[in-house]
Formats: sequence, C-alpha cells, structure tokens
Amino acid sequence: MSLLATNYLTPTGREEAWRFTPLKRMRGLHDGAAVIGDRASLISTHVLPAGVTFVRESLEPLAESDDVIIERVRGFSSNVAHLSITANTEVGQPIFLGRSKGALDTAELSRVRISLGNHATATVVIENTGDTVLAEDLEISLAPGSSLTFITLQEFESQSVYAARHHAVIDKDARYKSITVTVGGDVVRILPTVEFIAPGGSAELLGVYFATAGQFFEHRMHVDHAVPHAKSRVNFKGALSGRDAHTVWIGDVLIRAVAEGTDTYELNRNLLLSDGARADSVPNLEIETGEIVGAGHASTTGRFDDEQLFYLMSRGITLENARRLVVRGFFNEIVTEIGIELIQERLMDRIDGELAKAGA
Amino acid sequence: MSTLEIRNLQVSVNTDAGAVEILKGVDLTITSGETHAIMGPNGSGKSTLAYSIAGHPKYTIVGGSVTLDGADVLDMTVDERAKAGLFLAMQYPVEVPGVSVSNFLRTAATALRGEAPKLRTWVGEVKEAMEALNMDPAFASRNVNEGFSGGEKKRHEIMQLELLKPKIAILDETDSGLDVDALRIVSEGVNRAKENNNLGVVLITHYTRILKYIKPDFVHVFANGRIVEEGGPDLADKLEANGYADYVSK
Repeated sequence: MSLLATNYLTPTGREEAWRFTPLKRMRGLHDGAAVIGDRASLISTHVLPAGVTFVRESLEPLAESDDVIIERVRGFSSNVAHLSITANTEVGQPIFLGRSKGALDTAELSRVRISLGNHATATVVIENTGDTVLAEDLEISLAPGSSLTFITLQEFESQSVYAARHHAVIDKDARYKSITVTVGGDVVRILPTVEFIAPGGSAELLGVYFATAGQFFEHRMHVDHAVPHAKSRVNFKGALSGRDAHTVWIGDVLIRAVAEGTDTYELNRNLLLSDGARADSVPNLEIETGEIVGAGHASTTGRFDDEQLFYLMSRGITLENARRLVVRGFFNEIVTEIGIELIQERLMDRIDGELAKAGA
Repeated sequence: MSTLEIRNLQVSVNTDAGAVEILKGVDLTITSGETHAIMGPNGSGKSTLAYSIAGHPKYTIVGGSVTLDGADVLDMTVDERAKAGLFLAMQYPVEVPGVSVSNFLRTAATALRGEAPKLRTWVGEVKEAMEALNMDPAFASRNVNEGFSGGEKKRHEIMQLELLKPKIAILDETDSGLDVDALRIVSEGVNRAKENNNLGVVLITHYTRILKYIKPDFVHVFANGRIVEEGGPDLADKLEANGYADYVSK
C-alpha cells in the first residue's frame, strides 16, 4: 500500500483514539515516517509440542481494523507468523514465543496469527523483550469449543516503542482468557480487542501494568458483543510512580441490539504511588438491548491506604515493607492467574524493583 | 518486667473545623502481668488513647509523654513501637487485599524477631495458635481481614497477640460484636498470653461482661478525655449497676 493511501489517516492527537498518546514519541510508527527494517523478530523459544506448528505464511486479515498503525502493518506485508494448534489437541505445557534482537533506528512491522482448531486447548506466552520499535497486528482465531490462555509480557527495554492490536475472534462456545502485562518500554500502546461471532463464547481480559518516571502505557479495550449469550470480564490493575509516569485504560464494551443474554463486567484500578504521575481511566459501556444478564463497570484511582499501612506497621513491619506488601497484594489477584510460577516470581520481583527504584 | 508510663497525655485530632482536643491529660501506668480495664461511654476518648499510643498518624500529640521502660514511645515510628513490645488489638482490623494471613504473620514475626522464623517450627506455631482459637486451617490462606466475620477478625487479632508476644497489649473493644462462645475463646487467648508471656493488658471496653473472663487488677473510668475514677475490680460492679451517668455529667 502506498503512503498516499494511508496518509489521510495520520493521527493528529485530536482524535478520540489518539488523544492520550504522545505521538512525538511514537518514532514515526503513526505517521509513516519510520524507516522499516528487515526484521521478523517473533521466534519460538522452546521446542513446540505435538500438534503445534509455527510457520511464516501469507494470510488475509481475520477482521477489519480502524487503527492507522494496524492498517500500515497490513499494507506493508502479507507475511504472517502463524502459530497453529490442531483441532482436538490439548496442549498441557505453555507454548513460549519470544523476540530475537530488535533495533531502535528502524521499525519492525509484524503480523502474527494464533489459531486454535475445534476444541483445542492451549496456553501461549509471548515474552516481549529488548530494545525495539515494533508495530504489531496480532490476531487470534478461536474455533468452536476451543480454549486459549494468552499471556503477553511487555518487558521491553527503556527506549522501546510498541504499538499493537491483540484481536481475538471468538466462535461458538470458545473460551478466551488474556493476561496482558506491561512493565517495560518508553511507549506501549496495546488494543486488546474481542469480537464474538457465535453464541456461547467467553472472554476474560486481565492485565497489570506498572509505569515509572516518563513511561507511557496505554491499554485500550474493545469488546464487541455482536451475538447473543456471550460473557466478558475485564480486570486491569495498574500502579504508577515517578514524574510523568502516565497510563491510560479505556474500556469500550458494546452490547449490540442482537446480543441478548450478554453478561459483562469491566474493572480498572490504579494505585498512584507518588506525585507527578497520571492515570486516565475511561470505562465506556454502550448498551443497545435491555435483554441482558448483566452489565457493569467500575474504575478507581487512589493512593496508598494509610489505614492498611498503619495496620501492617503496628505489627512491626517497616514502612518500606508494608508498601511492598500492599503493592504485591494489589497485583496478586491478577498475577496468580498466570499460573506459571517462574513468570509470576519474575514479575513480582520486577514490581519490587520498580517500587524500590521509585523510592515510593 | 516492663512498664508503660503515660503521663499527662494530651492529644488532638484535625477536623474540618480545626484541631479538636480529645485527650486532656491522661495518666496511667501499666506493668507486666497487670490487667487494667478502661471503661467509659462512647466518645470519651478511649480509642484515641489506644491509637495514640500505637502511633496512628491521624492523632497529634499536644503534650505529655509515653515511655516504655524509659524509652520515649512518642518518638518512635509505628513499627518501632511494635518492636519495642507494644501491641494494639484493633476494634476494626483493616482489610489488606491480596496479602494472605500466613504471609502477613510470617512477615510480622520476621520483623519483630529480627530473623525469619524457621519454616518447620513456624508452621507448627501457627497451627497451634489457630487451633487454640478454634480457627479453620483454611483461614491461613485467606487475605488479611478480607471477608472475615466480626468474630474472625477478633480471633485473628488475638492470634497475633499470641504469636507476636508483645510486652504490653492494648485491646480496643475486642469484646464488641462477639457472641458468648467467641467471647470466651478470645478471652482464653488473652489469658494464655498473660500467663505465657507475663503480658500487661489494657482492656478497653464499654461492658463488664468481658471482665468475667479476663479479671482486671485495676478499673479506670474514662470520661471527657481523662480518667475520672480509679479502683479495683469492684468498681466494675458499681458501673454495671449505675452506668456512666455520674461521670458524664461532671
């Protein structure tokens, strides 16, 4: 696709979808100024179990996108890194994907597909690391009755920019659970989006993020209840510490007129650990039918609870350790959902480290 | 042998209308092994006394002193007061989401003992403390005070009292919200701590019923921010019969 075709889409920062994002720090991913490097960084880091393949092939997109960066990625390449789990395969061990070396002077435009056949079950972990400028169109196809736990760990180095859409298309009775962890990078903007294409599906979007001085992390959900009797849950928790740490959480949930029997709830909690940090949190529930099981949202942003700290300290625990306990406890609910001990410990250690670094 | 000395303690709390003086000169001395009941009507400042000694940031010390074996308690941070040997069993224990009881207890024990307790003996210690208070073992994996019933919260406080072995404990209305059975179990826990650790106890309460289980050596009547009368256990009987009306009108 030529630059001209997409030029008119270049965001200015006034658009609803871009009003929080620091475009100047996007390293040209949003306006086409980035020089595209010849990289395909997504790799399989462990031996693939039986019934699982990981190949590069040409694939048409699964679903439309109105995101300018995703459009650019699609315009650039039809080559897709495709992780496929054969129908009726139950993969017991997590499947690990990771990144080969990146670069900051050029950008990578990446397309990824994860597809599960009928009644396949798997856990997929993507460990996003290194110094990189990366735009990624990641699509997930869940065939009827399949079940995926999808864990992405954004542990990029400090100058990285990552702009991605993680889009799941959920067929009949399929189950999708995603855990999005963002703790590293300069600018990370992820669109965790879900569309139900047949009744009986469920989606659980979980996330944790911890932004320190100068970091910008944006998670912009979109859950499209376009069919009856689907269930969705969103629960993102974030902590911020240090000057100009900025996080954005947008929870767009749409219940269309046909989506009778929908059951949805979304929640975002933010913990401000110092002055000078900013958490934007915008739940947005659009309901076009009243014939639903339930729909709700909640959003809170607060500081350390003095009563909690007092209680812990009154048992001899130092202020520093009391804060660490409270923050670990805050994240614990979601981190334990990962279910992989090694990763959980690594994350909690990282959170301890961020907290110590910030002197919060 | 430890002594907690409270001398002419004056405490205020900041409100929208400015600082309000709540404690107007409290004098009290508690020695190891002694049990002091502090009784008085609502709003007389009993809880303020408890929280001020523990170091809650909401309260401002305006005057007076609190010392434990000569050391200036008011100069200590909240955790230092606990390390010095003070314990406050709270009327409304605070929920700490995501932090399990077992993790909390071990962290506290590590802080107070200066080293992590050996895992093998520690597990036994906790198990024993829980059994003594008639608590379900599953309790240890629940989050601190989250979803606890009133009785569970109080048992959890007394379990800490037994495990953390302070020198002087202030029990702030530990009896409130307990049924007869729970009151007996909790009281037995306090009595064990007294017996095993020669604990000094300040028992803050509205009601005399807990005094049937935990025998006070001294009874102090608290009204309008100070102690207005002191006596032996028989003073509690007098309060039971006459109420606080005599003191409130003073």
